[in-house]
Amino acid sequence: MKNRLKILRAERGWSQQVLAERLQVSRQSINAIETGKYDPSLPLAFRIAELFGLTIEQIFISPSQD
Amino acid sequence: MSPNKLAQRRYLWRILAVVTVYMVAVVIGGRLHHAGQLSPAGAVAAALVPGLCIAATFWAIGRFIVELEDEFMRMLMVRQSLIATAFALSIAAIHGFLSSFDLVARIDAYWWPVSWFFGLGIGAAANRIRYGTWGQCL
Repeated sequence: MKNRLKILRAERGWSQQVLAERLQVSRQSINAIETGKYDPSLPLAFRIAELFGLTIEQIFISPSQD
Repeated sequence: MSPNKLAQRRYLWRILAVVTVYMVAVVIGGRLHHAGQLSPAGAVAAALVPGLCIAATFWAIGRFIVELEDEFMRMLMVRQSLIATAFALSIAAIHGFLSSFDLVARIDAYWWPVSWFFGLGIGAAANRIRYGTWGQCL
């Protein structure tokens, strides 16, 4: 699933490691999500959205609209 | 320390304990067996302890999967274990049929868990190819 995570992270000047620490996941998780290799669970998607102050739909692009 | 690091540390301690018991049991049990100093009950114990240690290894891996809080790492670990299971059972089945037709020698069944541990390496490599990471180090 495509997403805007990399852009949002870059806008804040965060490295993958910093974002990983803020979300309490591994850096590899962030990399896998950013590259679309792994789709996060709903609870993790909510944590990501809350961290950026956005809705899930503003970060993750629905495959039907892709 | 992150929850994942804690889970990894607990896993390593469990494995260290199991491997220690396994090594001691194999060495002492083997020596007593070769020396003919084992009673029937002693032989049962000497055979069961290493086998139960292998079972404890699977338990430790299961606990590690349960305790991992990083869902991506947990998914990789589950995937790795499934690939190892498929590999070990496939090898066991193929070897079983080959030995039924007397094409290969029969081997002790404890080699199948060994092949499963080898399969973990294949699973880790598969994760590296598919997801770009080896996952948690086991």
